[in-house]
Amino acid sequence: MKPLSVIVTTVSDVFAWFMIVFGVYVILNGHSTPGGGFQGGAIVATFLSFMLVAHGGKRFLAWVNGGMYGLLEFVGLMAFFLFGCLGFPNSFFHNSIAVAQGARPLSEWLPYCGTISLMNAAVGFEVVGALSLVVLYMYSSIRMVDTGAGMGGERGHDRFDR
Amino acid sequence: MNLSDHLPAFLVMIPLLGAFLTPFAGSFNRGTRNAFFVTFSGLTLLTAIALCLSTLNGDVLVYVMGGESFALTLPSGMTYPVRILFEIDAFGSLPILCIAIASFAGALFSLDYMDRFSGWKRFLALYFLMTAGALGMCATGDMFNFFVFVEISSIASFGLVAFWRDKPEAVEASFKYMLISQIAAMLLLLAIGTLYGRYDAVNMAALSAMAGSGTLERVAMGLIIAVLAFKCGSFPMHTWMPDTYAEAPSGVTCLLVTVSQASFYGLVRVCYSIFPGLAAGGVVAWMLIALGVMSMFFGVLMAVVQHEIKRLMGYHSISQVGYMLLAMGVGLLALGSPEAVETYGRAAIRGGIFHSVNYSFYKALLFLCAGSLYYATGTRDLDKMGGLARSMPWTAGMFVVAAAAISGLPPFNGFVSKWMIYESSFAVHPILPAVAMITSVLTLASFVKVFQAAFLGPAKAKFVAVREVPYGMLAGMAVLTVMTLLLSLFPGWFTSGFFESAVNALVNHQSYVRAVMGGM
Amino acid sequence: MTASIAEKMDWLGNASYVVVALLVIMALYTIITQKNLLKICVALAVLGSSVNLFLVLLGYRDGGSIPIYHMKGAGDLMVLPTPQCLTLTAIVIALATTALMLSLIILIHKHYGTLDIDEIRRLRG
Repeated sequence: MKPLSVIVTTVSDVFAWFMIVFGVYVILNGHSTPGGGFQGGAIVATFLSFMLVAHGGKRFLAWVNGGMYGLLEFVGLMAFFLFGCLGFPNSFFHNSIAVAQGARPLSEWLPYCGTISLMNAAVGFEVVGALSLVVLYMYSSIRMVDTGAGMGGERGHDRFDR
Repeated sequence: MNLSDHLPAFLVMIPLLGAFLTPFAGSFNRGTRNAFFVTFSGLTLLTAIALCLSTLNGDVLVYVMGGESFALTLPSGMTYPVRILFEIDAFGSLPILCIAIASFAGALFSLDYMDRFSGWKRFLALYFLMTAGALGMCATGDMFNFFVFVEISSIASFGLVAFWRDKPEAVEASFKYMLISQIAAMLLLLAIGTLYGRYDAVNMAALSAMAGSGTLERVAMGLIIAVLAFKCGSFPMHTWMPDTYAEAPSGVTCLLVTVSQASFYGLVRVCYSIFPGLAAGGVVAWMLIALGVMSMFFGVLMAVVQHEIKRLMGYHSISQVGYMLLAMGVGLLALGSPEAVETYGRAAIRGGIFHSVNYSFYKALLFLCAGSLYYATGTRDLDKMGGLARSMPWTAGMFVVAAAAISGLPPFNGFVSKWMIYESSFAVHPILPAVAMITSVLTLASFVKVFQAAFLGPAKAKFVAVREVPYGMLAGMAVLTVMTLLLSLFPGWFTSGFFESAVNALVNHQSYVRAVMGGM
Repeated sequence: MTASIAEKMDWLGNASYVVVALLVIMALYTIITQKNLLKICVALAVLGSSVNLFLVLLGYRDGGSIPIYHMKGAGDLMVLPTPQCLTLTAIVIALATTALMLSLIILIHKHYGTLDIDEIRRLRG
């Protein structure tokens, strides 16, 4: 992909950051509005597609570190799993924090709705990582097809056919 | 905290945790990665065995996700359950056990089979996701959750079928499977939405307690049955089956067989437990019988002419699914009247369940044997193989066991279950067992051809260097061989111990409803 | 007054189900008749959206308010949030399948050099 004109790059440089802010807002209010981890995460992940479309593939690949998004995904998934396990011994996914707090919050650091908002945040992390990786991998495979580049050290089926 | 109470949750949690941890496993060396793979599959298998044992006496295990207590199905005076819940009865625990064993065997097999390829991180993640999806399909007690697990296992299987992405056929098979499968999934969701609009509930037990017999229910049930018959590969919608089974890596095909098993479970659950009033004794039963007979016969006809070993076995899968559908159709026909249930209905259901268990073991074993042949010789074309029995004695021996079982030769388990199906379907119409026997003979002929072409005859010069496959692959096949032999040696013990309580669970759908809805 | 409006609006409520049916039929027709993989992929996305629309419509109840405790307003009646959860889950699944399908289309184009479904026929027999 070629970079677009200077107007597009400037505008996307400014507004892409607001997408992140808006996405984080949607994630954080997920427990009481029709948003949540997935929706907010998808909004945050549009940041990468903004960058890709505006600045073109070459600079995009130079900026993006796939490992970091993989880590984000891993952290989100593990956090989600652990918050689910907080429900034991009642049941998996039981909202034990909210029940323990009852009518009065135990601490101002604990969210009043319990694990729901924590899980929203975990899902948000996961979706940001995963959707950014989807954009990255799909672009890499288009590039692979366009430039005829190899599969980057991949040991696939054809190389072992006898 | 009593661990045994939370078994249904662990059943899905363990493979999911395995899938979530794979980014770690990517940086492991070979030994740690193999240990990780085997440990998580083994833990899943142990959970499944414990679950199966605890449902044997006819108990129905209920597990409410997120409830104040795992058994609280109707919180604060509600008339029907709103939470997602798992419900496992004696019938549901059998496919769970089959899936767990096939997943374990496939994992052992893949250790060496997939060793020379890159992309292990993705392979592990998708493999565990597919196991979790298939297990969830059999464990869930909620229609929408069933849809979600169907989608988890299908999306993972699309990825695994196209795992060798530098191979055009694999990508093509995956795309075709995905296209048809997604249309089917959307129709399934449409049917579930229709049921929700009618009853304001998606819980299976609640639907079963409320289900009427209007047009809307008929439409929804027809859609669900059509979709699930497609997913388990019955005749008019079977084209995806040989393609995907042939092109997927063999360890994955072994698991794909049991995923179609899980769809079969869903089909039986919908007919027997959710809509027994609508389905029993009428058009639906005859439809299942017709689908069964056609898949049986046309599947084997197309298998006989194949020259590619895994494609041939893919067509045999269609014909084996036909036996199961026939048996369940006959059972459903008998469910209309109590005396018919006693005379031939129970025998038919027992035969169907027995055959579905047998099918998942010997069919998975056959695909693993085909994978070994491919690993050793590098070809799947039967015409190019020959004389491999000397260099691969273990593979040849296990292939003989599986082939004898699938063809229904007397000492083996396939004979017992097929005999139950012949006997019970004779009570409906003599033409049904006649077609089934012809199919059986053709199956035998086809597998004699495979054995003769691959293992017998003079050793070919091209294959002098061929050796027996590595121990990991042999271990994976041995697990399934042992299960097939156990079922062959002690059919009576398995029938009275396992299948009889499953038959009871299917015939008395009230116990399934009562476990969730309370005393009725 | 309100009742008569509700009566007048009744046909509109049913009209939205007709829209769902039309969308489903259009999507299925496109999938069957079109030969281009990308068009088929778009039609599949339309099919998914129409089913989601159906689920959202089922969630509507006359006089019900949103199922969030501190935002429900004056009315006491809250709608059941189940169909909304179903729709959100279905949207996530649809996104995953669409992304995977597009990736497969990229690979197919690499291997076969075409997007015509009639020419992608190496598996047969």
